[in-house]
Amino acid sequence: MKLNSQIIQNIRADFPILEEKIYGKPLIYFDNGATTQKPLCVLEKIEYAYKHLNANIHRGVHYLSQKATEAHEEARSTIAGFLGATKREEIIFTRGTTEAINLIAFSFGEAFCQEGDEIIVSVMEHHSNIVPWQMLCERKKMQLRVVPMHENGELQIDAFRKLLNEKTKLVSVTHVSNVLGTVNPVDEMIRISHEMNVPVLIDGAQAVPHIPVNVQEMDADFYVFSGHKIYGPTGIGVLYGKEKWLNALPPYQGGGEMIEKVSFEKTTYNVLPFKFEAGTPDYIGSTALAEALRYINNIGLENIAAYEHELTAYATEQLSTIDGIRFIGTAAEKSAVISFLVGSIHPYDIGMLLDKLGIAVRTGHHCAQPLMDSLDIPGTVRASFSFYNTKEEIDVFVAALKRVVGMLS
Amino acid sequence: MLSINQVQDEIIEDFAQFDDWMDKYALLIDLGNGLEPINDQYKVPQNIIEGCQSRVWLTAELDGEGKITYKAESDAILVKGIVALLLRVFSGRTPDEILNADLYFVEKIGLREHLSPTRSNGLLAMIKQIKLYALAYKSKMG
Repeated sequence: MKLNSQIIQNIRADFPILEEKIYGKPLIYFDNGATTQKPLCVLEKIEYAYKHLNANIHRGVHYLSQKATEAHEEARSTIAGFLGATKREEIIFTRGTTEAINLIAFSFGEAFCQEGDEIIVSVMEHHSNIVPWQMLCERKKMQLRVVPMHENGELQIDAFRKLLNEKTKLVSVTHVSNVLGTVNPVDEMIRISHEMNVPVLIDGAQAVPHIPVNVQEMDADFYVFSGHKIYGPTGIGVLYGKEKWLNALPPYQGGGEMIEKVSFEKTTYNVLPFKFEAGTPDYIGSTALAEALRYINNIGLENIAAYEHELTAYATEQLSTIDGIRFIGTAAEKSAVISFLVGSIHPYDIGMLLDKLGIAVRTGHHCAQPLMDSLDIPGTVRASFSFYNTKEEIDVFVAALKRVVGMLS
Repeated sequence: MLSINQVQDEIIEDFAQFDDWMDKYALLIDLGNGLEPINDQYKVPQNIIEGCQSRVWLTAELDGEGKITYKAESDAILVKGIVALLLRVFSGRTPDEILNADLYFVEKIGLREHLSPTRSNGLLAMIKQIKLYALAYKSKMG
């Protein structure tokens, strides 16, 4: 099903916030890489769950607790299906991508890492996929190694091969760059790493909302993403891990839910997935996230990818008519992200003025300071699209940008 | 010389003539472009006020009459415009005047969002640094 303009108009009607006026102007929301807006079905699910399904889950014997537990566990199954996981026990709920990476950095580090070992990340990582590993490296006196990239924003796979060695304990790379939009060749990187018996974590935060992902086909050992970037609520995220790895890792946090039996002499831990879910889980968030994934599946990720590709190509073409524009990230495989600079104008100035025209873009270093340093730029202006955006919005954006650039030049 | 509040009222009046945001920002851009660039020798790490989005350089000097001259610049033009306004308010004042000043013009002209801690363009830290310089010079003067 091709997403034509009639279908897009129907889809837009599902997102009430798109009706907002900003400083009296219609909102044009091009900050989807930071967070996405929520369709009515997700909002209604949250309200429904609080009105009809709210009771603490898992250990309650009463009716409501049973219902809430079913909804939460059904959400886990939906997510397992969405990612193509073998088992629902391989899906761990976290607060988001950041917590999921921290969990692995801690638990994997405790189980498998020692002084002198190495972790590999890439130069285009978000701070969330750098700092947890730096903390691990500091704790265990290890080394962080960094995969460099080509000028167009593609990773240097040959250099990656050379970085892998017998000291490498884990590779953690992003599937899609939040700044450059580059879709990294994660299948190939996983295959190369597995030749050396090194497990791989893929940061899927910027990938799952835009392209179909199958963790089994990809053969990822760990795959993580955030609910709020895929039309779900904030505060819920997902860690997928192969069962053999998750079983081999110690718990990350202690508390309720994650225990089998507690005594002051010895506590034993629960089985997967509960071993990694200390405390009352966000069962409303999980239910709403599952609803968001169903919404996405109804539209179809293949259709979404095709439409967003068309939008991004159109925007790139239109933006190219602006004198002095410089695109940051021109990889062959790109997602719905365009980062750019115009002449010597500071990104902050462009972002502030576009805001006054009702257009929401992101400016700055996008939580990827090492990437900015490697490109020797202070930041970029980033427009990131969703399937609810339109070519008409892009036209307004480009005209506004021309006006703003005129004022600032 | 006008008092700090008189200068602030003047600025508020300058901006009051515009209803449209883009006109207010055009004025801010003009002010930024008109700001005397800071000498490169002062663009050193110890004078940088690092923001998440943009940065500000600030220096201060006490003259023979016990007044502080501030010089500042930013890499973003809108921030530079606000910097120009802050210098108009604070530069050439005594430490006491600066320390006792109640800064209200930024909010009144509708640019408060530039001072929000999350925007972190270095402006909030610059205002703090302006006051810290005043405090340091005051204690030096005894």
